[in-house]
Order: sequence, then structure tokens, then C-alpha cells
Amino acid sequence: MTAPLLEARGITRRFGHVQALDGVDFAVHPNEICALIGDNGAGKSTLVKILSGADKPTSGTLRVGGVPIALGSPAEAQGHGIATVYQDLALAPELPPAENLFLGRELMRPGLLGRLGFIDRPAMRRRAAEQFARLGVRLRSARVPISSLSGGQRQSVAIARAALWADKVIFMDEPTAALGVVQTARVLELVRQVRDAGISVVLISHNIPQVLEVADRIVVLRLGRNVAELRPADTSVDGLVAAMTSGTRKEAA
Amino acid sequence: MSAEAAGSGAVAPEAQTLRERLGAALGGGWIVILLIALVAVFATLRPAQFGSAYNLSQLAINAAILLVLSIGQTFVIIAAGIDLSVGAVLVFCSVASAQTMLKLTGAAGTTFGTTDAGWGVIALGTLVAIGCGAAWGALNGLLIARARIPALIVTLGTFGMALGFAQILTGGVDVRALPERLVDTIGSGTLFGVPSLVVIAVAATVVASLALHGTRFGLHVFAVGSNAEAARRSGIDVPRRLTTIYMLSGALAGLAAVMSNARFSTTTIGGHAMDNLSTISAVVLGGTSLFGGLGSVVGTVVGVFIPIVLLNGFVILGIPPFWQTVAMGAVLILAVWIDQLKRKAREQR
Repeated sequence: MTAPLLEARGITRRFGHVQALDGVDFAVHPNEICALIGDNGAGKSTLVKILSGADKPTSGTLRVGGVPIALGSPAEAQGHGIATVYQDLALAPELPPAENLFLGRELMRPGLLGRLGFIDRPAMRRRAAEQFARLGVRLRSARVPISSLSGGQRQSVAIARAALWADKVIFMDEPTAALGVVQTARVLELVRQVRDAGISVVLISHNIPQVLEVADRIVVLRLGRNVAELRPADTSVDGLVAAMTSGTRKEAA
Repeated sequence: MSAEAAGSGAVAPEAQTLRERLGAALGGGWIVILLIALVAVFATLRPAQFGSAYNLSQLAINAAILLVLSIGQTFVIIAAGIDLSVGAVLVFCSVASAQTMLKLTGAAGTTFGTTDAGWGVIALGTLVAIGCGAAWGALNGLLIARARIPALIVTLGTFGMALGFAQILTGGVDVRALPERLVDTIGSGTLFGVPSLVVIAVAATVVASLALHGTRFGLHVFAVGSNAEAARRSGIDVPRRLTTIYMLSGALAGLAAVMSNARFSTTTIGGHAMDNLSTISAVVLGGTSLFGGLGSVVGTVVGVFIPIVLLNGFVILGIPPFWQTVAMGAVLILAVWIDQLKRKAREQR
């Protein structure tokens, strides 16, 4: 197997007397959708925060492409090609999709106008359209504000934005939590497209059938520890629920 | 009916875009139609008086100072803020500027008439006005963005402070001796037949419009007002942007102070208590959302002209001008209501 894109070993995180993570190992391999599941309080969110630079571990090591690193901020993680799609959408609802895709990293006009701070809106629209086409995202219109798009389309824009700025790993925290059946299917299709475009996805979800449907590998956490690591083909809804609710520390592969 | 049904399959996306465009044009543009209607009604009823070149240029001059103030307010409100201090900052800047020019001319005892200050002194006085405005804006911005005190309270506080300091500086008596060159050239002069005050306002409008709709700064103004958290996560330094926005509003109040000094040949300590509400209503009438994230400078231009045309028309028609205040109040409430309906319609889709 190739070296992991992102690898965490022995991650511990303590909040006062609460041991949120107790020696968790986690790795993301190239071209995979890795689901991270667990009951409430299992430590999923804490682990993802640490892996995406939003929090620091009490102890443990992080490696990107085999090289040990420390992630001080989400921006630093992004520098390493790691981005997060937040559950509460981090988009500006009044701005159109292209502006949202490039927010904070606007394309500037060439020459003097660019130095004066003028942005190149046509180029941003063009690059945004390319990005949407690459990932198979179809928007009703590329010029309307985000707030007039459906929930699934908004989520798609958020994912396309992350995929534009991360070339290694994207974390998605419950990307389909607020969506209907059809929109959920579209977003999951997009998740596959992102993987096929060469970016690995870590999917945090409560929806076990969905995880079985889309993931290449499933990591189960319970009470801040690894309790199982499974292939969807080797397990079932019941098996995963059992691991989530009563698994003990072990490495099942 | 059948043709519509047949076409809807293939052309649906385009048709929807067209409908959206129409909706956006009418949604944001009804106030333009109102302004055109007002002008048309007054021009039809009293073509000789309302439509005269003199009256039209007076309308533009009346609008100029309020427009410069309202441009700053537009940036602030798009960023989901509010600046109640603009009128008081204008007064403070006009006093600071007038006193500086008076001191530099060496005619410290003069309390009325004009001075013969040269352009150097006038330029310095202008810099003082704009600098003082920017400083008040910086204070607003720092308190709002760093100390995280609500903008309504901060700018209400600096409103009182700026007005109070202006009165302390002058003992409550207006500075009436201003440079004659300033009053003649800027206040009542023209450039290619256009009143200088209008030229300044137009220039400020063009520059502000380009900055708001064409630059990265402008995009960040919208982003901060639309979703400050998203802007922060995108790596935008939100407190810094907010401070710059309030400084811009203050600096424009400083520019308006120079224009006011030039026009009235005196400071106007008692004359700007309502400016904050006038600018806010102009901005909101112009289609800028009080909730932030939406708006335009051009809309504000239209919003500034509505009350001025109303007042002018009422006076010409012989309607008691007090009705203008009543009409403006009603139009303002209507404008915010329409804004809310538009938002609801958009979010339900």
C-alpha cells in the first residue's frame, strides 16, 4: 500500500478532566473515501478539528506524506492541502458561487488594475465554471446569490470550494445532515467525484447505511479510542452499530 | 399555453435566469421608477419652475453633500454595520478645518466675513477635515471590531462626543470666517458649467462605485456583511476590514464638511443632527439591505434624490413642505418592508 497522505498516531486530547481522545491512530490514504463514525462523544469532531488545524492535540504526532508536521491553524492545514467543509456552511449567502469559491483568494486583474486591487470577475467565473464541470456540479445559475440555491447545491458549492483549495484531503462533517433524499444522493455523487479527481475525503456521518454505500473504508471510534476499522463489504449496519455502541479497543481489519 | 409547456423543458434554465433578472431589476429598481415618476409628475404639473436649469442644478447641489455622506453609510450598511455619527463627525471636521484655516491666515479674531487664505491653507484645511473624519472613523471601527461593542451604541456615543467637542472648540458659536477662494470656487463656483460641489460628489460616487463593485476590498465589504464567520474562515481579516470601512465613512464625512463649509460660508454646528437618519434612509431606499451583504452606490444616489425631489416638488406645488417629512417616513417603511419580502421570497426557493 502507498504511504498515507495524512497520518495521525497516538493522538490524545484532554479538556480538563475529560479525555476526549485517548491514543487514536488515524490515516488517510490516496484516492479513498474514509468514513469516520462513532456515537455522540466518541471524539470524531475533536479528531477532525485536530487533523484540520482547528485544535491541537495534548500529545501524538501528525504526518503529511510521511513528514512530521504541527498544524497551528486551518490556514496552515490548507497550506498542506487539507481543507474542511463545515456543517454550518461557511459561505456568504448574498454572494454568487464564483465569488464564494474564491473568497479570500480572489483572482486579480493583470497589471496596474490588479495592483490597485481590482478583481478579475470574468476569470473567477470561468475558473468556477471549470471547477463545477470537473466535479459534475450543475447549478441553476452561476450568477445568482448562494441563498437562492437549494441546500444540496449550497453544499455542492462548499465542497467545490474546498476541493479547489485542497489537493490532498477534505474533511466533511455531516455533509448531508440537512438534505432531502434526492439532494443527498447528488452530494454523495459529488463526494465520489472529488475522490475520483484525486482528493481523498474523510466523511463524518451518523448515517450508517449512507456510510456503507459510499465509503471505501470505515473507522469506528468509541469513547475516544479506535474500536474498529472495516471495509463496507465485510460488515453490515448491525455490525457497525455494535462496534459504535459496545466495541472495545482493537484493530479489526 | 401549450407552446410554453413545450418550450419549458429545453429552455427552462435560461427562462428562469431571465425571470430572475427581471425580478432583480424590478426588485431593486422600483425606487428608480418612483424617482422617475416623481420627476415626471412635478415636471408635468410645473414644467417652467421644476424643469428649469436653475432648479435642477439647485437640486443637484442640495443632494451633493448628503450624497457624499451617504456613500460612506452605504459601505458601512453593506458590511452589516451602522454609522450614526456621520453628521456629528461632519460638524467636528468642519469646525476643526475652519479653525485651522483661520489660525493659519492669522485672522484669529475674525468671527464673520471671509478670509483671503491661499490654496495652500485651503488644502491643509481640507486635509485636516478628512484626517479628523478618518480618525473618528478609526475610533468607531476599533471599538466595534476589536472591543466588539454594538455599532449602534459606539456610533451613538461618538455622535455625542464629536458634536460635544465641536461645541467645546467653538464655545457653541459657528466659525463664520472662511477662505473666500474656497467659498467662491468650490461653494458657488462651476467647472465646465457644472457646480463644483456636484463635480466633487460625482467624482466621489464614481470612485466609490468602482471600489465597491470592482475591487477585492469591495468584495470583502459584501462578504463581511453577508457572513462574517465565512469571511473569517476564508482568511479575511474581518476586524481590519471593518475598521477601514468606518474610517472610509469618517473620511467622507470630512470631505462633506469641506463641501458644507464652502457652500454655506460658515460651519453649521446645529444643522446636522438628522444627517445620520437622512443617510440611512437614502441608503435603504437605494436597495441596500439593513441586514448587510446587499447594496450598491448607484442605488444610494437614487435614494438621496427622492427626499430632495419630494421637498422641491412640494414647495413648487405649494403643498406645505412639512408633508415631505410625512411622505419620506412612509416611503422608508415601505422600502424596508419590500426588502424583507424580497429576502423571504429568495430564501423560500
